[in-house]
Amino acid sequence: MTQLLFFDVFNGLIIGAFYALMALGLSLILNLSGVINFAHGGFLAIGGYLAYTLIPYFGFWGALVAAPILTAFIGILIERVLIRRIYGRDPLYSLLLTFGLAFMIEDGTRFIWGAQSLPFQIPGWLAAPLSNSLFFLTGYRVFMMVLVAAVVLALFLILSRTRLGLRIRAGTLDLETVSVLGVNVRVLRNLNFGLGIYLAGLAGVLASGMLGLQPNIGDSLIMPSFITIIVGGLGSLPGTLLGGLLIGVASGITTVFFPSASEAVIYVIMAVVLIVRPRGLLGEEGRF
Amino acid sequence: MDAFNNKRAADALVWLALLTAPYWLPLIGGYTELGTHVVILGLAAMALNFLLGFTGVLSFGHAAYFGLGAYGAAMTIKYLEPSTPLAILVGVVTGTVAAAVIGPMIARLRGVYFAMCTIAFGQVFYFIAFQWSSVTGGDDGVSAWHRMPIDLGFTSIDIFNDNKAFYYVALAIFAVAAGVMAWLLRSPFGRTLLAIRENERRARFLGIPVDRHIWLSWVISCLFVSLAGALYALLNDFVDPRALRWDMSGTFVIMTVLGGMRNFWGPLIGAAIFIVLQDQLSSHTQNWESFIGLFFVLVVLFFPRGVLGLIKRKSAS
Repeated sequence: MTQLLFFDVFNGLIIGAFYALMALGLSLILNLSGVINFAHGGFLAIGGYLAYTLIPYFGFWGALVAAPILTAFIGILIERVLIRRIYGRDPLYSLLLTFGLAFMIEDGTRFIWGAQSLPFQIPGWLAAPLSNSLFFLTGYRVFMMVLVAAVVLALFLILSRTRLGLRIRAGTLDLETVSVLGVNVRVLRNLNFGLGIYLAGLAGVLASGMLGLQPNIGDSLIMPSFITIIVGGLGSLPGTLLGGLLIGVASGITTVFFPSASEAVIYVIMAVVLIVRPRGLLGEEGRF
Repeated sequence: MDAFNNKRAADALVWLALLTAPYWLPLIGGYTELGTHVVILGLAAMALNFLLGFTGVLSFGHAAYFGLGAYGAAMTIKYLEPSTPLAILVGVVTGTVAAAVIGPMIARLRGVYFAMCTIAFGQVFYFIAFQWSSVTGGDDGVSAWHRMPIDLGFTSIDIFNDNKAFYYVALAIFAVAAGVMAWLLRSPFGRTLLAIRENERRARFLGIPVDRHIWLSWVISCLFVSLAGALYALLNDFVDPRALRWDMSGTFVIMTVLGGMRNFWGPLIGAAIFIVLQDQLSSHTQNWESFIGLFFVLVVLFFPRGVLGLIKRKSAS
């Protein structure tokens, strides 16, 4: 029982880390540009598939580095061509546009890589369990946790210590003033979008290693990511991180006692948060 | 006066087209079910537009209540009582009650936040329909039932075998729903909704309980969308979880935008265009999803005001 509980809590933590990684990217884009990126799950799939294609040439580690960066470049390109045109317009249009994009990306990946699910090779020593008594604790899972933690730490360092991060944070508060102060807001939003998509691409590579690859791999992660943002509080990145881990662990624990409700509990948490604290756990008051 | 006459003429034209549809559709390569499809999804889009276009609140989760209406109707006929009117009633009540319960949680929210929460709450019902397979049939949906002839006492309308009869029954329901929505929008309540759309802060200063109005508008909108859902289940004699997934919500929104949000008939016209397009695409290419996606993108970039918005601007200049 304790081992089962430990297993599910750890599992929940991993899933929560995925939610947080996705939701942090969504939050970055939403906070600075006011765009809900429905296609985020599509970018996650692109990351996974690119890694699949790159592994034969560069190996797992090369793909792990290169695939998210390439995904980010695709994101930057799409932002320049499409997303940029709808900034400042009713959120309705950004939802519809990225919704259409999500369709196109899913169908596109199916067209290029096929509809059947593909196996995803990770190094053998990572796939092996760490010990016999803790059978479920494969090196890959631990590695994912460490990597996600490192990336999130790096993201917060970028945001708090670098000039780019400073501008992103300032732009979130008051984009017009930032623009008046001489920052090129178009470039800023472009880079910020790329940063968000990088996180989606990375989540894609990691998720593929655990779940295998399917064109709709992002579908099961996009909704919980939305909820992560709602629970954590719109406009707060630490809140998003907290929200992701919270709903991940909650759904992990529920799996132990009431398996069929593991998905439902996420929505219950969302409802409770909306009733008790509509702005989310760490959200600022009056922002929305 | 001129504008008034134009509006009258447009109304008459729409009704004339709808009333004669089963007779002119085959002439241009269509079929009656296509017309029924347009009427039903048009009703769903018009119901969404009550909230989106006339209250100014963006819901991206209307498919949930559409789907609840559909499941309510399907399961009533399959398990409870083989009666079409009862099925529609149960469907509408199911969808409306769910919307009324969820409403207070989201009526305080605005803009993107409102949209996100409607999406997320919409997914709840998708999950229930998908996971609770012993009751809902899971991914396979509710099948092995069909719509029942409507017994009026002195005569019975065989909507199961006669496609035209079902079209006219659906159209009659559509007419009542459209009439009620138009009447509501002309009433002081409807004018208040418009005031909220135009300037929420000013409406609040005038002492209008804005959150309560948005809640009411949400419930009314969901009532009619679940009515459309119930009819949709009857049309297909089948319902599966796709009826309440988020891409269905997106479809309603794109229909509304495509036709023209600020116009009463806009969503119906958008629904007609979308359904004909989907019908054509899915019979010609495997990759129709890509084209639908591309279509979304093109509408947003080049047609943000919809077909009617474009015509209006042309005639104004």
